[in-house]
Amino acid sequence: MGQKKIDIEQVRQVAKLARLALSDAEIVQFAVQLSAILEYVEKLNQLDTSKVEPLAHCLPINNCLRTDEIKQSLGTEKTLANAPQKDEQFFLVPKILEEPGGL
Amino acid sequence: MSKDILKLTCRELRDSIAKGEIKSSEAVSAVFERIEKYDGQIGAYLNTYKNDALGKAKEVDGKISKGKSIGVLAGVPIAVKDVLCTTFGTTTCGSKILENFHSPYNATVIEKLLAADAVIIGKTNLDEFAMGSSTENSGLKKTVNPWDKSRVPGGSSGGSAAAVAAKMCFAALGSDTGGSIRQPASFCGITGLKPTYGRVSRYGLVAYGSSLDQIGPLTASVGDCALLLSVIAGHDERDSTSVDEKMAPVYDFSAEIDEPLKNLKIAVVPQLFEGADSEVVNAVKGAIDIYKKLGAEIIEIKMPHFEYAIAAYYLIATAEASSNLARYDGVHYGHRTKNPADYIEVYTKSRNEAFGQEVKRRIMLGTYALSSGYYDAYYLKALKVRNLIRGDFTAAFQKADCVIMPTSPTTAFKIGEKTADPLQMYLSDVYTIAVNLAGVPAISIPCGFDKNNLPIGLQIIASAFQEEKLLRIARMFESQTDFHKRRPEL
Repeated sequence: MGQKKIDIEQVRQVAKLARLALSDAEIVQFAVQLSAILEYVEKLNQLDTSKVEPLAHCLPINNCLRTDEIKQSLGTEKTLANAPQKDEQFFLVPKILEEPGGL
Repeated sequence: MSKDILKLTCRELRDSIAKGEIKSSEAVSAVFERIEKYDGQIGAYLNTYKNDALGKAKEVDGKISKGKSIGVLAGVPIAVKDVLCTTFGTTTCGSKILENFHSPYNATVIEKLLAADAVIIGKTNLDEFAMGSSTENSGLKKTVNPWDKSRVPGGSSGGSAAAVAAKMCFAALGSDTGGSIRQPASFCGITGLKPTYGRVSRYGLVAYGSSLDQIGPLTASVGDCALLLSVIAGHDERDSTSVDEKMAPVYDFSAEIDEPLKNLKIAVVPQLFEGADSEVVNAVKGAIDIYKKLGAEIIEIKMPHFEYAIAAYYLIATAEASSNLARYDGVHYGHRTKNPADYIEVYTKSRNEAFGQEVKRRIMLGTYALSSGYYDAYYLKALKVRNLIRGDFTAAFQKADCVIMPTSPTTAFKIGEKTADPLQMYLSDVYTIAVNLAGVPAISIPCGFDKNNLPIGLQIIASAFQEEKLLRIARMFESQTDFHKRRPEL
């Protein structure tokens, strides 16, 4: 085994990007497991792909256009039905901006 | 009476119901008798809807007694994987994050089942967000293999496969991103079809890997797979990746299911047999012999990039997953952490508290593969290899009508056997994953049993939108054998 593919600091950074509040134990475990997986996927480098186009999708995807018509939407009540916190019109979340005086 | 009903195929049951020989309510009651007796041990269902199902059955029975026209699945009890949105009950995806989620709309395939007068009896267990190969990653329930309760049913559509194998429904829907229909079908001794990417609308299928996901049937026979595919296939304006029916016409794929294919050419890839258990290899070779007797020509080919499929898949699928699962933010629906210190903690703690380990692992891997500095080395590289893998299939289909191989290198493994080492779990998908990367259709059908009386699956792969041919090829084998008729003693 050489150097770990992904170290604890990198795992912490990726968790931040992924918006996951991982525990310290999870971070240590993921460093080990993700390193093993990344080591395995290294085998892709055995292949010369310098002349190969990437294939994101198996279908010939074209723009799908439709006429710009107003259609029935879900409506406020159904849209809010599963919200963890709401009032009559809005999803509720903790304050995002500081008070104006605090700026 | 109820014993005989359970032996019928979907088509036979539907025709008996249409003729008034059997009532749909009898079929529904027979299925619930099984569920009430056995599902405590098997754990296939997350939720069942007995009253609603009996109500729908009575509605169908009423239509028939009044001589009204009925759909092609009239009165047939069907289960659906709980990754498909339904306005009835919850849609959990096997995840604590959606444990109490009520979908405001039905998936297109649900609408199509209902329009065909099917009776949806319940929603089945799965690996959380369809990420797994054993259903052990469900955050809500444990499902066991009806053939051996110390073993996994496969995954991620393990609940659907177990329900069909234990005769707790007549057919089920699942989803397949890297083998999630075919591998559990193989482990449970039933038939499972992954259609061509774009064949079936994904509207209302909770997304995992959007360029790979496809909905398909799990059934007791090839004919029933064909029948269900005819119901769920077709273009949907709400899914721009569902293809135009001019390109892929939809008709009754079961109409000529018993017509054998003339001049059938089957490709096999000898080096792929090296990684499988000897009993699995022997069963697949036995199947090849049967095709030879039926007049098929067997061609040996190489698929040089096949062995890179798992590596490419676990970068592409996780990259797509990390993006798709960003929607679980604790704001609009799903679990929210109690007393967050600020809005960032709404995201980070809600997600961490309610996602299971495998889901977190895949989000982490995908986020890493897409992150600045690693994108070219991992994600882009994987997409290029994906193109090479598809090229292997294109070359194969220039020489043969289909490619045959095992569905899984082993029969059902023990519960807990692979949970400690995620990479070992991933490697169990070695034969199924390339198919999703190439977007082509494939079916798993029962082709034997090992010394522990565990089912073995044969995988048949055809070129894009050739499902009718694929199903007829599968039926040729099925018509010569009785493996698909065997059911476990519970």
